[in-house]
Amino acid sequence: MLAYIGRRALLAIFTVWAISMLAFVIIQLPPGDYVSSYIAQMASMGSVVTDEEAQNLRIQYGLGQPIYVQYWKWMKQIAEGNFGFSMEWRRPVTEVIGERLWLTVVVAVSALLLTWVLALPIGIYSAVRQYSIGDYAATFVGFIGLAVPNFLLALVLLYLGFTLFNAHIGGLFSPELQDAPWSLARVWDLLKHLPIPALILGLAGTAQQIRIMRANLLDELRKPYVVTARSKGLSEPRVIVKYPVRMALNPFASTIGYTLPYIVSGSIIVSLVLGLPTVGPLLLKALISQDMFLAGTIVLLLGIMTVIGTLISDIVLVWIDPRIRLEDT
Amino acid sequence: MPRILMDAEPLLSVRNLKTYFQQDEGTVKAVDGVYLDMNPRATLGVVGESGCGKSVTARSILRIVDRPGRIVEGEIWFRRPAANGGPGSHAVDLAKLEPNGLQMRSIRGAEIALIFQEPMSSFSPVHSVGNQIVEAIMLHQEIGRREARDRAIQMLRRVGVSSPDQRIDQLAHQLSGGLRQRAMIAMALSCSPTLLIADEPTTALDVTTQTQILELMRQLQQEDGMAIMLITHDLGVIAEMATDVAVMYLGRVVEQAPVDAIFHAPKHPYTRALLRSIPRMRARSRERLTPIAGSVPHPYDRPAGCPFHPRCPDFIAGTCDREPPAPRAVGDRHIVSCFLYE
Repeated sequence: MLAYIGRRALLAIFTVWAISMLAFVIIQLPPGDYVSSYIAQMASMGSVVTDEEAQNLRIQYGLGQPIYVQYWKWMKQIAEGNFGFSMEWRRPVTEVIGERLWLTVVVAVSALLLTWVLALPIGIYSAVRQYSIGDYAATFVGFIGLAVPNFLLALVLLYLGFTLFNAHIGGLFSPELQDAPWSLARVWDLLKHLPIPALILGLAGTAQQIRIMRANLLDELRKPYVVTARSKGLSEPRVIVKYPVRMALNPFASTIGYTLPYIVSGSIIVSLVLGLPTVGPLLLKALISQDMFLAGTIVLLLGIMTVIGTLISDIVLVWIDPRIRLEDT
Repeated sequence: MPRILMDAEPLLSVRNLKTYFQQDEGTVKAVDGVYLDMNPRATLGVVGESGCGKSVTARSILRIVDRPGRIVEGEIWFRRPAANGGPGSHAVDLAKLEPNGLQMRSIRGAEIALIFQEPMSSFSPVHSVGNQIVEAIMLHQEIGRREARDRAIQMLRRVGVSSPDQRIDQLAHQLSGGLRQRAMIAMALSCSPTLLIADEPTTALDVTTQTQILELMRQLQQEDGMAIMLITHDLGVIAEMATDVAVMYLGRVVEQAPVDAIFHAPKHPYTRALLRSIPRMRARSRERLTPIAGSVPHPYDRPAGCPFHPRCPDFIAGTCDREPPAPRAVGDRHIVSCFLYE
């Protein structure tokens, strides 16, 4: 088991390295080097960069040297916690991203949790009571959830919230706490604002997971080991939860990996509509204005988060399926 | 502790059992008027072609018929020992119990146990064998986990599993087919049932293992004194194991008799045809087998009257195709459902 996790962790590190190359390529994509565009940017705003300053920057980023030297210098700076400078915001990238990264994680994870909390019991019900009215209702609502783009849902909810309750449901904080330092009141405020974005972002995933759970469980319910469990005299809920549901969880757990990036990247438009302070809109703006260090950093961080999510789902899989554990030994 | 029952009264008595599957396409009458009697300690072999309702009968007795199957009529009288382990017994009609009610669940697994064909898939692939046996023991007996585990190890040793204290923590797929079926038997017998239903227990095993498993079942029966309902389509297994035989055709028991009577004096035309269709040891070489004429009707399209009449060599027009024949005693414990004996 340890060897299995070790191998996965090694693969994860390799993947992160590949992602860092990708992020670096993104930073290099715009024509001209970074310092020239920095100078141009500054000039357009009326300030002048001295030749000495420009020279220092060129040395700092290794410009003019071979590409692997530039990559190496960039990695070294990242290791020191310096992700570069955002031209658009004229502040270090770390400062610009700041708490947005953590808020993104919070929104994504709560959407994921909500997905499971809803999909698991509904999926089980749909399978155990196949073709019942409840099953049809869940299927209907599920397909609607799958078919409606989530930004549209966000708009509808915004509109309804505004016309019916005269409330603005966007954002993650009330205006007065927007830029306040962290306090219990701010955390509570965040928790109050979280359900709506989590629901909107999680709905499509929920619909998908309900279908996955239902299909998996329907396969498992017909297996002889379920009859065995039943013939022991176990109560029906115990039979279902201990045996077939446990088996049906397998593919369910492996979806953690790809649901996480799906929620993050799928959230850009929703975040714009709802005014969520996550990295999604930031990435969009950075790409439009060719703010390459910011964009590259966000791509790198999202990539790392995805890799971590996949690693977690691998570990969960080992935990719930002893067969994987044994294959290794 | 084996439960002691008087031999005089039947342990299980199935009367006119009907289990139907109502589907959009029509009603499948999987079991359509089954009569069965089983004495304590007896081994009743239930034979018949695939789809004749053998397994559904067994599942009806355990009340674990899958949706949309439902018992629509009939009685299943099962004799239970007195609650405090004292003398005396009483019979309950299982067909009237709530399938998932407390009383049915206290019988299922504890007094009637089931083993079946697929020893690979009848164990959960992600729980250890021991976990599943211990669960069964703790469900029906008021003992702690440690004691239940000891009992499970003891049970595994009894069924001939070597180093049971290690095997108990293994997963089903780490055991061989024969060992899995042994473990399955250990689980089924862990609560000392009075009736063990074995639904094709050796079909998936190779011949050597098959013999070993049958021998094991016979030995455990002698030690524990449970009755065995042995469902199979293998008449060889029946000849080896059974004291009585029930022959099923299209959801009905056409003939039930002691094993010698079935093999040497079969009464029902279907039983006779069935016996003619199996190869004999002492047959002349290249002798042709006699298959039963015709084929089994589609389940939605059951013939009226006796279900066997379209294939029956002794068909009586105007009688066999009207009403199904009622079971009738033609000898000691020998019951036939056929108009030839009315």
